[in-house]
Amino acid sequence: MTTLRSHPVACALFAVIALGLLFGPLALNRYGLYILSLWAVTTIAAIGLNLTLGYAGQVSLAQGAFVGIGAYTTAIMTTQGWPILAALAVAVVLCFAIGWLLGYPALRVQHHYLAFVTLAFSTLAFLVFRNEEWLTKGIYGIIGIPRPVVFGFPTTRPLPFYYLCLGSLTLVSLATWWLVRSPWGRAFVALRENPIRALSLGVDTRRYTLMAFAIGSALGGVSGVLYAPLVEFVDPTPFALTHSLNLLMMVIVGGAGFFFGPFLGAIIAVLLPEWLRFAQGYYLIVYALFVMGLLVWSPTGLLGIADRWMAERRTRAASAARAAAAPTLEKEGV
Amino acid sequence: MRTVLEVSGISKHFGGIAAVDDVSFEVREGEILGIIGPNGCGKSTLFNCILGQLTPSKGDVRLDGQTVTGMRPSDLNRLGVSRTFQLLQVFPQLSVRENLILAGQEHKGTMLSRLFGARDAGLTGEADRMIAFFKMQHLADERAGGLSYGQQKLLDAAMAFMAGPRLVLLDEPAGGVNLTMLANLKDRLRAINVEQGATFVVIEHNMDFVMSLCTRVLVLAEGKVLAQGTPAEVRADKRVVDAYLGH
Repeated sequence: MTTLRSHPVACALFAVIALGLLFGPLALNRYGLYILSLWAVTTIAAIGLNLTLGYAGQVSLAQGAFVGIGAYTTAIMTTQGWPILAALAVAVVLCFAIGWLLGYPALRVQHHYLAFVTLAFSTLAFLVFRNEEWLTKGIYGIIGIPRPVVFGFPTTRPLPFYYLCLGSLTLVSLATWWLVRSPWGRAFVALRENPIRALSLGVDTRRYTLMAFAIGSALGGVSGVLYAPLVEFVDPTPFALTHSLNLLMMVIVGGAGFFFGPFLGAIIAVLLPEWLRFAQGYYLIVYALFVMGLLVWSPTGLLGIADRWMAERRTRAASAARAAAAPTLEKEGV
Repeated sequence: MRTVLEVSGISKHFGGIAAVDDVSFEVREGEILGIIGPNGCGKSTLFNCILGQLTPSKGDVRLDGQTVTGMRPSDLNRLGVSRTFQLLQVFPQLSVRENLILAGQEHKGTMLSRLFGARDAGLTGEADRMIAFFKMQHLADERAGGLSYGQQKLLDAAMAFMAGPRLVLLDEPAGGVNLTMLANLKDRLRAINVEQGATFVVIEHNMDFVMSLCTRVLVLAEGKVLAQGTPAEVRADKRVVDAYLGH
């Protein structure tokens, strides 16, 4: 079994990135902090989708809608004087329950059929955000969303709010790391790779499918809870189908089913357009060409490239070990 | 000896076609029952009806006298019934060891305790014993997708035994497996049968494998039971020779 200690290069890289995320922002301006906070918030939603799609193999085009549900819950509750923790609890329970219900069609339909079911839900949620003015204030949106006070520290300024987003991302990452390395994570992978065989081995595929949807959706809700105070204004436009498609792209470009895939995918989707600003009006073209080129070269995303390289190394090492052990194995009749 | 599995009048119709037609048989504890018959005679459909993958159009399946007709495969598995499939059914992205841990983990504790319990559900030792039993120690950490066809067949069989089942249904375990590995597989199956008293039902076309392993053989033809008896009786039955074995 591999441990972090057996990968010193990965350990060092991880430490550098962690230190960069902790201390780098001290040198950033207001806009830079906003972009980095947006990356952290978006990554949480992508981690949720990666759980549903990448690990459990259930296609969802509704993650943006769950971000919207979380954001509207926070906007409505915190502008009425409720603390953000109460909004977080309501958003998580609401998204978990709706995600669980949305998982039911996945018990009957798969792949692009399931994508269309979730797409219909995404459209439905958008219509509610836009048309139910009594609740959401429709296209005018909800303004004046306060930033929370955490353990007595106000997060009104960009830097403390960034640390709140980073702290939340860290907690979500640790919880997800635990989940995907637990027997549940293994069952999710079994669900993705071979549900019929999984069922014959006692895996309750029905319950795991619903759980994958519910937990992934709840993380979408968590992302929305942070998104609302980040932008301090919520209207329906950011939660249209485009956001769900963007999140899907992040998961696939980063590497679906890889733990760090959503982190990388969110960098590409949130930060790359900023770095490509020098290209002015052409940046979207450059961005689109990059994504197309990447997916043609490596359909399993950025981390798929690293995984392929490591798999080849392992195969070479295993072949060498097998060749060395061949006489013994022949004797044993394997 | 006690009857473990009782199949009574099972039929399965797909539109106007009767894939399985009024099939009845019993499997007694510790027995190795072989099911043979021409391609398309309904062997795998019969397995799928017994194991809940398909709902039979008619008939009953009883396990230890309790009706389990149409029960979900995962629930049947937790009652101690395991299976392998005709086509390869391993989890290619997981290592050999992880495949085996997965095959046993749902039998340990509750869903909630599995979330907060050990990552390997306490099964690494058991998985390694199974790996050693099937002589795959050199493959333990390799991804299942990278194994040869025969090695994946062995892994597939090992997974079926991971949770210590009482009854195992094997669908063409010898298909595509070379002679050395086949001998290893037969040897392992016989050992599990003797040492753990596990009961087997085996679908197979390899007659040497069936005749040397099974204690009793059931012959299907066009969805119906054509004959049943000891390997010697079946081999001598003219109807079986005409319909399947050939002269």
